[in-house]
Amino acid sequence: MSPADAKNPAPPPKLSLQGFSAAFAGKDVLREINLDILPRERLAIIGPASSGKTTFLRSLNRLNDLEYSFSHEGRILFNGQDIYDSQVDLPSLRRQIGMVYAVPVPLPWSVFDNIAYGPRLAGASGRRELEGIVESALRRSQLWDEVKDRLRLPANRLSGGQQQRLCLARILALDPQVLLLDEPCSGLDPISTAKIEETLAELKKNYSVVLVTNNTKQAARASDRTAFFLMGELVEVGPTRTLFTNPAHHRTGQYITGHFG
Amino acid sequence: MRLPPAATHRLAVVLLWALTLATLGALLLIIGFILYHGLPQLSVAFFTQRPRNMGRDGGVLPVILGTLYITGLAVLIAGPVGIATAVYLTEYTRPGRLTRVIRFGADCLAGIPSIIFGLFGYAFFVVKSPYTLGLGFSVLSGSLTLAMMVLPTIIRTSEEAIRAVPESYRDVSFGLGSSRWQMVTQVVLRSALPGIGTGVVLSIGRCLSETAAVMFTAGMALGWPQSVFDSSRTLALHFYVLFTEGISTEKAYATASVLILAILGINLLAYWLMRRFIGKVQA
Repeated sequence: MSPADAKNPAPPPKLSLQGFSAAFAGKDVLREINLDILPRERLAIIGPASSGKTTFLRSLNRLNDLEYSFSHEGRILFNGQDIYDSQVDLPSLRRQIGMVYAVPVPLPWSVFDNIAYGPRLAGASGRRELEGIVESALRRSQLWDEVKDRLRLPANRLSGGQQQRLCLARILALDPQVLLLDEPCSGLDPISTAKIEETLAELKKNYSVVLVTNNTKQAARASDRTAFFLMGELVEVGPTRTLFTNPAHHRTGQYITGHFG
Repeated sequence: MRLPPAATHRLAVVLLWALTLATLGALLLIIGFILYHGLPQLSVAFFTQRPRNMGRDGGVLPVILGTLYITGLAVLIAGPVGIATAVYLTEYTRPGRLTRVIRFGADCLAGIPSIIFGLFGYAFFVVKSPYTLGLGFSVLSGSLTLAMMVLPTIIRTSEEAIRAVPESYRDVSFGLGSSRWQMVTQVVLRSALPGIGTGVVLSIGRCLSETAAVMFTAGMALGWPQSVFDSSRTLALHFYVLFTEGISTEKAYATASVLILAILGINLLAYWLMRRFIGKVQA
């Protein structure tokens, strides 16, 4: 199923990278990336280690800016606006483009406080309002039934899979437009992985999802389009099925069949 | 002569154990000795009465209050300044020459003998001249001097506590749309609080036990300090005066007992905080 339906051709991209390059301390990590991320699609990013996948992801909500040595060229447009413009309000940008990490990082507080943290920063207050936000976020990340009686428990007492869904819920509580996931299942068992993938399929109805994964099978399972990165360059991007059955570039074929990685 | 490994191992264990015991023994000997001589002199009156005849008779109530004022004010001054410096060094500036200079400065400050602080405090805070503050012998002069003295401790311990907060917490906080200030106050300082508290408690201990820096700045008045501009004396200084002036060995021991119990209590508190802190970081 293509994200662009026949009735509704080519919606404007949610995010658009135009000749985007990134470097740390002058060392190129991403080179001249041109890539659109469409509304309501799941885009998988695959590629071997140090191909720039994480830098790509962290460029999209400007988390790379936290590194003093980071520099970039080119543009990334979010809803048509350059996110590297000096006028951009970073907290607001990051609320709209949320990030889930490879290792779940619950803050050392309760389940409730973890999820309420973002909304509180955004100005939400009042018990009832926050309770509503927390419950809805937990439901959407399919964690509610498991923790509804333990909202006051320290979040780090949850299992690894639950913690990762908590991190997802923490982002969803902000009602973002784009979800960035950096190998979110790398440390998880198959059942937790299945739950996360199920959640992503559900979330795709409302969000753009960018999923970086080392697991080509996961990319094949849980994405609409796949982009293959190699040594900081975008080798090719296309519908997941096409890319996996009939890759345009021989390096892509070699990677997905496990010849290197 | 060569010993078999098992024998050297046993020898090492015995030796290390004995040396550790010696450390503990020294501590217990000092505390035991002071308390042995001091505890029998303690009474309720000692805590509730003013000293009479230079401290030969009566109690130490104003001295206890003076100690609380001077120490409390010193920590109230050094705490915010030190914690703010630590936050600046760790969260608000990139590591480079400036941070190295500030850290080096703090380390130098830590290495200065307290008597030099006393001298400086006297010359700058106490003495009146066009170029100095001229606060006279006062609680405030003493507190400012002690604050400078414990500042490096507070900066260093706060810095370490802040550094111990995982980098990923900062990333998560920014990712959820926090400003740097929100990240610092709501995530970093909240997590580092027990560690920072440990530094503050250790500083309180150092202020309590200081004599040289207080003698030349807070003075030695035995009266009741009415304001921060009055002279006062601390327990440690009171003990020093009672002993060196040969006023009363009994009262000196009694004062030392109060001091040692207070410091013991403070260190236990610090230890407890430290354990909580370490437990939290490892969890």
